[in-house]
Amino acid sequence: MAYDLSFAQDVYKNSEMGHWIKMCKQCGVCAGSCPLGPHWEYSPRQLFQLVRGGKKEEVLKSQSMWMCTSCYNCIVRCPRGLPITHIVHGLARYASVKGYADPNQVTNRFATKIFWTNIVSTGRVGEAMLTMRLYFVDGLAAGIQRGLEMKDSALGMLMTKRLNPIPFRGKIKGYAGFAAMIAKAQELEAKREAGA
Amino acid sequence: MADDQAASRTILVVGGGISGLTAAVEAAEVGHTVLLVEREPQLGGRVSQHFQYFPKLCSPSCGLEINYQRVKNNPRIRVLTLAEVEAISGQEGDFTVRIRQHPRFVTEKCTACGECSKACTTMVANPFNFGMDQVKAIRNSHPMAYPNCYFMDAEYARSAEARTLPCPVGAIDPDMQATVLEEHVGSIVWATGWRPYDAEKIQPYGFGRHVNVSTNMRFERLANSYGPTSGRLLRPSDGKEVKKIAFIQCAGSRDHNHLPFCSRVCCLASMKQATYVREQYPDAQVTIYYIDLRAMDRYEGFQKKVEADPGITWIKSKPARIDEDPASKDPIVIGENTLTGIRYADSYDMVVLATGMEPTSATTARVPGHSAAYDEYGFVVKGGQVLSSGCAASPLDVAGAVQASTAVALKAIQAAAKRG
Ligand SMILES: Cc1cc2nc3c(=O)[nH]c(=O)nc-3n(C[C@H](O)[C@H](O)[C@H](O)COP(=O)(O)OP(=O)(O)OC[C@H]3O[C@@H](n4cnc5c(N)ncnc54)[C@H](O)[C@@H]3O)c2cc1C
Ligand code: SF4
Ligand code: SF4
Repeated sequence: MAYDLSFAQDVYKNSEMGHWIKMCKQCGVCAGSCPLGPHWEYSPRQLFQLVRGGKKEEVLKSQSMWMCTSCYNCIVRCPRGLPITHIVHGLARYASVKGYADPNQVTNRFATKIFWTNIVSTGRVGEAMLTMRLYFVDGLAAGIQRGLEMKDSALGMLMTKRLNPIPFRGKIKGYAGFAAMIAKAQELEAKREAGA
Repeated sequence: MADDQAASRTILVVGGGISGLTAAVEAAEVGHTVLLVEREPQLGGRVSQHFQYFPKLCSPSCGLEINYQRVKNNPRIRVLTLAEVEAISGQEGDFTVRIRQHPRFVTEKCTACGECSKACTTMVANPFNFGMDQVKAIRNSHPMAYPNCYFMDAEYARSAEARTLPCPVGAIDPDMQATVLEEHVGSIVWATGWRPYDAEKIQPYGFGRHVNVSTNMRFERLANSYGPTSGRLLRPSDGKEVKKIAFIQCAGSRDHNHLPFCSRVCCLASMKQATYVREQYPDAQVTIYYIDLRAMDRYEGFQKKVEADPGITWIKSKPARIDEDPASKDPIVIGENTLTGIRYADSYDMVVLATGMEPTSATTARVPGHSAAYDEYGFVVKGGQVLSSGCAASPLDVAGAVQASTAVALKAIQAAAKRG
């Protein structure tokens, strides 16, 4: 189907911050502000216009909303005050829920597996392990190469105590409370998305 | 009793730009007494800083000149320059106002011969040209100024040299003091106009950091023969002729971080300024970046005329930021062309930010006391004791400001007739 007229309405209602898409005036500031701009298939501006035009397949199959690094450049400049970063993350989540997202897409894999497992298993981010897993996401050889490229930065961070080399072991104090909180959030999210 | 009636009929007009001038002469020409209070040393407001008027591209001085004649020939209008309203009490039909007039240090005897200015050795940044050049500390703002009477900067008046300046008619008085007047008036028209939005606040565009990024009001002065370059369009960093120039629309307008409203004139102002460039340098290339073009109502013909010029390129895009080439000082405009989706980084000799009109009543010209009603942007609107006209009431072009001010003159007459 080329145009799905219910798509925009559904995004406004069920994608996080999706209703803001109505406010976009297509000025292009977000696209020009994004440091990864040239690598997106569609700029945020284009994504929003595709949503409004009912181009469901184009939007949900696109890699674009997985490209956002949360730098917030677009948010501070958008003349209409759209929370672009959050809308884009919302669309990524929406695509996942609708079964469009490729689980092997690198950002998807990082966010839903590597980062998620890292934080949920202990209750806090273990930086060293997280960085390692990110580096080796494309296999051993690529990981070693990436590690070598970044070694000066890593050493600098170590020297200034910005990186803890010892992997964090064990769980945070009160882990049970943390786990209960996550479980509750997941329950609420599932309920909301089931209604969608 | 007769005295009392006359007093109740006096109309106070605050601001001597095109709007205040219009309200003043319209009310006076049907027989009412008018007191016109202007903060600057001369009348004319922002219009006197423009090079040409859209849509006819004639000089604004002729339109102003006619109004100055009407003021000069009408004994019912009293003009106070360098003056501000400090306090207002009472209500429609019966106001008492306190006005402070700052010293001019030159009396009305001045014939504008310029002898004093020739002898003066102190130079100051020229406020009339937005500080882009230097002028004498005793001067006229521009040759068309009305009243055609010189003035001296307050700081200079305290210098030893100020006491030695020659004047064939003895008009110079460095000891002149401020005066405070109390007046009874029947109605008040607030016509304090606008000021250019502060371009430094639009951080990603680099005004104030990038030397060749300018603003539309500065560009009016650059094009003007009494401007800092005597009317030649030369860029600030190296005086190079401006052959490749970009205009950026809605710079700080229609933007929730800046002025949320549309100023209605800046699209037309950029189109007009594009003609300045094309006229002066027939081989120049002009680019206009816009979200959507707003040539309000009857100005569409003007837009069509400008659009017919092949030397002007239109790019539908609000640029994200402006960088500067460190060696050439060329500004580089960066953004996304929203019709093609292609990202650009285009370099120019100079970039002009089409900044909007911020009501002075929001900041430097608040109505004293509680007699005015404001809208969310600081324009003076209906609902208070004080009437408003021109750009103090909403963003307007000159024709719109004149129309609105003529209408307000009638309201001011009616309000003045009310018994307090
Ligand atoms: C870049 C640019 C180009 C433009 N070009 C055109 C054009 O080509 N054609 C056109 O039709 N319009 C043009 N305009 C619009 C035009 O400038 C306005 O319509 C016009 O200035 C409105 O006049 P005004 O009297 O309302 O305000 P102003 O011109 O701002 O006059 C207000 C007066 O009040 C005085 N004042 C301020 N505060 C006080 C105070 N507290 N007490 C006493 N006096 C005070 C000021 O000194 C000033 O003299 C342009 C605008 C811009 C931004
Ligand atoms: S910056 Fe804001 S208004 Fe402009 S295109 Fe992007 S989302 Fe839309
Ligand atoms: S007139 Fe044009 S440049 Fe000015 S605020 Fe309106 S749309 Fe923007």
